Amino acid sequence: MLQVIFIVFALAAVAGAVSVVLQRRPLYSVLSLVVTLISLAAVYVTLQAQFIAAIQVIVYAGAIMVLFVFVIMLLNIKEEMAPDRHRLLRYLAIPVAIVLIGEIVAVIRGLSSNSSLRTIDTTAVAVGDTNSIGMAMFKAYMLPFEITSILILMALVGAVVLARRERK
Amino acid sequence: MIDTLQQWLSNPFIFAIVKIAIVFGVVLTAVAYMSLAERKVLGWMQMRPGPNRVGPWGFLQPAADGLKFILKEDIVPSMVNKFAYILAPMVAIVPALMAFAVIPFGPTVRGIDLHITALNVGLLYLFAITSVSVYGIVLAGWSSNSKYPLIGGLRSSAQMVSYELALSLSIIGVLLQANTLDLSEIVRMQSGWHWYIWWYQPIGFVIFFIASLAETNRIPFDLPEAETELVGGFHTEYSSMKFAMFFMAEYANLVTAAALATTLFFGGWNGPFVDKFPILGLFYFVIKVGIFLFIHIWVRATLPRYRYDQLMNFGWKVLLPLALVNLVLSATIRTVQLVYYGG
Repeated sequence: MLQVIFIVFALAAVAGAVSVVLQRRPLYSVLSLVVTLISLAAVYVTLQAQFIAAIQVIVYAGAIMVLFVFVIMLLNIKEEMAPDRHRLLRYLAIPVAIVLIGEIVAVIRGLSSNSSLRTIDTTAVAVGDTNSIGMAMFKAYMLPFEITSILILMALVGAVVLARRERK
Repeated sequence: MIDTLQQWLSNPFIFAIVKIAIVFGVVLTAVAYMSLAERKVLGWMQMRPGPNRVGPWGFLQPAADGLKFILKEDIVPSMVNKFAYILAPMVAIVPALMAFAVIPFGPTVRGIDLHITALNVGLLYLFAITSVSVYGIVLAGWSSNSKYPLIGGLRSSAQMVSYELALSLSIIGVLLQANTLDLSEIVRMQSGWHWYIWWYQPIGFVIFFIASLAETNRIPFDLPEAETELVGGFHTEYSSMKFAMFFMAEYANLVTAAALATTLFFGGWNGPFVDKFPILGLFYFVIKVGIFLFIHIWVRATLPRYRYDQLMNFGWKVLLPLALVNLVLSATIRTVQLVYYGG
């Protein structure tokens, strides 16, 4: 049953991701990204990481993407009209993509058989539930947590300063 | 006959589907009759009878409204963005109804748990659902390709996103006391008159109540859909069934907010004699939710609306700091409890 759920949501995530890249109107790209994020949250639940799944939807799909949607709506960004300036990069992209996919395939094959790459224990360790994340974040990783919060504060203050300057 | 029925029901999938169908039916009926209750209660508070033509005391009014919505012509204006226009009411109503999957309606009655499911991150699931429903409003406002819906949609979604912060912070006090995110567990922890409204969370409840008024776009925070300001706000260009979906979504959100307030702060289905007669839990829950719905309607009849800048000021400069103060106080009280009284 878990397999079926995983396959359905993995397909939805991939379809959403492909749609993000291929859509002409930016609003549809953003909505496809929201679909991808919610499908990923469902996949996290199959991995016993319920807290991360919920936080993914609350923060990423529910706040950050709403910001993207606001920007696109307020700036009324229509279809993509940028001139085609990066011909070389477009031709370079295909070999690079093949190399990356080859690496991913190699890693997955290494994990599935009994090789030295199999150092990750793929059984359901209780890593993603609220209790263990809280314990880890506030005991062992307290310093990174505080530094991240200061970083976010800096970003907030910077955004307010930048937005204010245009009025003068 | 009863044997095959019992055999079917012991299959957990079919049992879950039966529970979902029952909850769905009850919630949709409640939503329909909430619209009638609002009009009647508002009418009585304004010294007039409210709808009383269609059946005794207007009891068939929701049926008449439903029939009207189904039979009305469904107009799609020509310059709208069709995909977003049709998607928006769906994105508004589906999360509003999904929220009832985790709400505990009662204790375990004869081996049947009176909730659809007990997620161990139930409360976070509810906030995730609320975050997604913002998309319905902002898509509706933008896709209508008209200035009043656009402004209404943007205002409404900005308001919802802002008050979500105060909403989430206000319940942290409850989480500190209950030590779990599972809503059914939180209700069980409040048994024996141990309700969180007086077990140290009165400020939390006040903040939660005000933030839930803003989240569901009720007065005094309903400027985004005020008729005198913005025609209809984000649902101006919608007709018949799509408008009905927004309508239902708003009332479903309201019922969810009332159910959450009773679950988190007023003991959910707890009450006298619940351990002896578990079915009483269901009645207590319904009565408490009814009281909260009445208070919401009462507030609507009494208060004027906030202007939009006053509304945003209030959310960010008053409610959020108050919620943070509540957080610090709750954490202090919990620490004192743990250190001096052993939990």
